[in-house]
Amino acid sequence: MNHYETVFILNPVLSEDQVKEAVKKYEDFLVSKDAKMVNKENWGLKKLAYPIQHKKSGFYNLFEYQVAGEVIDELELMFRRDERIMRYLTVKLDKYAVEWAEKRVKRNQDKS
Amino acid sequence: MATSIEQQAKGKKDGEIRYLTPLNIETTSTKKYCRFKRSGIKYIDYKDPDFLMAFVNEQGKILPRRLTGTSLKYQRKVATAVKRARHLALMPYVGDLLK
Repeated sequence: MNHYETVFILNPVLSEDQVKEAVKKYEDFLVSKDAKMVNKENWGLKKLAYPIQHKKSGFYNLFEYQVAGEVIDELELMFRRDERIMRYLTVKLDKYAVEWAEKRVKRNQDKS
Repeated sequence: MATSIEQQAKGKKDGEIRYLTPLNIETTSTKKYCRFKRSGIKYIDYKDPDFLMAFVNEQGKILPRRLTGTSLKYQRKVATAVKRARHLALMPYVGDLLK
């Protein structure tokens, strides 16, 4: 059960509930593969540093979870097939990264 | 001996005064250090671009180690973090950002 972190950007033309539905779809997929969701973040609509597919902004979402290694390929296959997703990045977290992620979550909670 | 120098100096009131010992112009720059080793940062997060902006010049290019002074191990981590941030459009590949 490795520790992973996925950030993906959703098309800005989507309506609010389409965004929720897309996020829910991937979360349910992960849970169905008995992944342990550690953290979910929704950064909302953010301006992109450079246009992607001629779009200037996008909905950013972050998933942090623990899952078996094979599931990642299926997840990324789904990302590629889904045209609502403009870009995604999955990163395997080592122990320093996990420690940093917890510190970051605590810091965000203090701030908010 | 000393008196003769003063006489020379006095004699050339209008000319420049020649010093026996050359002026020590400050040439040695401050010793650079790796800020990650010193502050004990172990993981460089690719998700906060503000922190990574310190390692990128105005055009968005990654600064070399000789300017930032970071050690090789952390320079590689910075490079991968910047490239991931660029992939996620958190940082531009090229741009005049800090102008």
